Amino acid sequence: MIGNKPNWKITILLMLGGLFILLPLYLTITIAFKTPQEMTGNLFALPESWSIANFLNAIEMTNFFQALGNSVFVTLITVILVLLTHSLVAYAIARNLHKKFYKFLYFYFISAMFIPFPIIMLPLVKQTSMWGMDNIIGLAILNAVMQLAFNVFIYVGFVKTIPKELEEAAIIDGANTWQVFWRIIFPLMKPMHATVAILTALAAWNDFMLPLVILSDSSQYTLPLVQYAFQGQFSTDYNLAFASYLMAMLPMIIIYIFAQKWIIGGVMRGSIK
Amino acid sequence: MVNRKRFTFLLMVVPALVLFFTFHTYPAIQGIFYSFTDYKGYGVWDFVGLKNYLNVFQDGRALSAYGFTFQFAIVSTVLVNIISLLIAIGLNANIKFRKTLRATYFLPYILSVLIVGYIFKFMFTHLLPQIGDALGIGFLSSNILGNPDLAWIGIVIVAVWQSTAFNTLLYLAGLSTIDQQVYEAADIDGAGSWAKFWKITFPLVAPFFTINMVVAMKNFLMAFDQIVALTGGGPGQVTESISLLIYRGGFQGGEFAYQSANAVIYFIVIVAISIIQLRVLERREVK
Repeated sequence: MIGNKPNWKITILLMLGGLFILLPLYLTITIAFKTPQEMTGNLFALPESWSIANFLNAIEMTNFFQALGNSVFVTLITVILVLLTHSLVAYAIARNLHKKFYKFLYFYFISAMFIPFPIIMLPLVKQTSMWGMDNIIGLAILNAVMQLAFNVFIYVGFVKTIPKELEEAAIIDGANTWQVFWRIIFPLMKPMHATVAILTALAAWNDFMLPLVILSDSSQYTLPLVQYAFQGQFSTDYNLAFASYLMAMLPMIIIYIFAQKWIIGGVMRGSIK
Repeated sequence: MVNRKRFTFLLMVVPALVLFFTFHTYPAIQGIFYSFTDYKGYGVWDFVGLKNYLNVFQDGRALSAYGFTFQFAIVSTVLVNIISLLIAIGLNANIKFRKTLRATYFLPYILSVLIVGYIFKFMFTHLLPQIGDALGIGFLSSNILGNPDLAWIGIVIVAVWQSTAFNTLLYLAGLSTIDQQVYEAADIDGAGSWAKFWKITFPLVAPFFTINMVVAMKNFLMAFDQIVALTGGGPGQVTESISLLIYRGGFQGGEFAYQSANAVIYFIVIVAISIIQLRVLERREVK
């Protein structure tokens, strides 16, 4: 911290630590391109030829594009539902926190953060299958319900920082409460929308337990669930399995490479709240 | 006019309230209700009072799940917090390639816990024994996940590898709130690095330390994905977490009512631990 000379000792230590983060990914990529014969040699070696046969096999075997479609569908619907409804709920709560009912509602919603999923899991699964919600649409709705607590918490914190004068001016101009929300508040919430969208998308994309217990038809399985369902068939064919894992992780990794500054900033904003 | 506004606000929250009650509160109430019955998940049932609760305390499998989950959660929470605080301090120092390094350390956060678990399972099964053999390190030369005494360490390693990402980011956020002038003043007073850490850095990131400890502990107590991927609860049942036990017993073992009672106990334990942690750690902050 003295002067502007970069601290090389710490830089090198951090780079060595970074290798430990990248090692599993390096192995995943190289093994996905190798043949089973190459697995007997040095595991750190690069593949002899970069063959895409494992990927083609994995795509066919796991019906990759169907699972990808399911994951994209669930993630998109969840994010859209969450952005449109949770911001609205948080706005109504934040502007009425002086009233008993809304104060109760606020604590009622955020208390769900401390309720472990297994306590509602068994009855919830019975209920959703009885009501025909054991599909990806039901999954998206349940995702939105499960995320409500945290999102209301951070949206309410944000709405409190928006001055009320803006709304009052719009109301004098003849706008009603809906118009005030959609035309003034919703656009102003943009930084929080980004944070909520990132966290929700990551949670929905990578979730395993909820899809595992909710989805009944294997044609609706999301990417993580497909990896689980195919463990038996992958058995000892690690090249095939790793090609499948890599493809399942790749969409998020690609988005992360291009938007990492934005993603890290968004998550950090959520954590300071 | 005022009435209409009041009505509009109600209209904004009521649909969410109904959905939340239907898919969150109502199942929770049902779970608590059935925990006092002998319901199997289907068919007829009777009230059995506190029998399920008393049985949980005498069930070797449940007690072992609690023991394993606590051991795993405590060790992982402590390790994750030490490591991520160190990394955050490093990333906050005057280093080269700061953005790339930060992006690298945050990368595990965006990956699926389940898939990461499968990748590490391969490393524990094939890579580590290879290295262990080459270097002549005895306990590494066999798969640690297959060893009842060591399997939990494998799960801790994966949990730490992945969770350090998010906790590092939280500590970075905390460190960025510290005014650099405080350090400059300490330099003038001749304070060493060690003194600066304990007298300045740590007290100032203490609120973040509290949040991190509580959140990490809560997440580790709910561990499920990484255990399914790494050991499936084995060898035997030594790495079966509480979540995994409730899932298995409830869905595959016809123990709907019994595992509901287990889930209620689990819920009380998590809330109690979170409250105790907040109390203890916040008291430290005030000092």
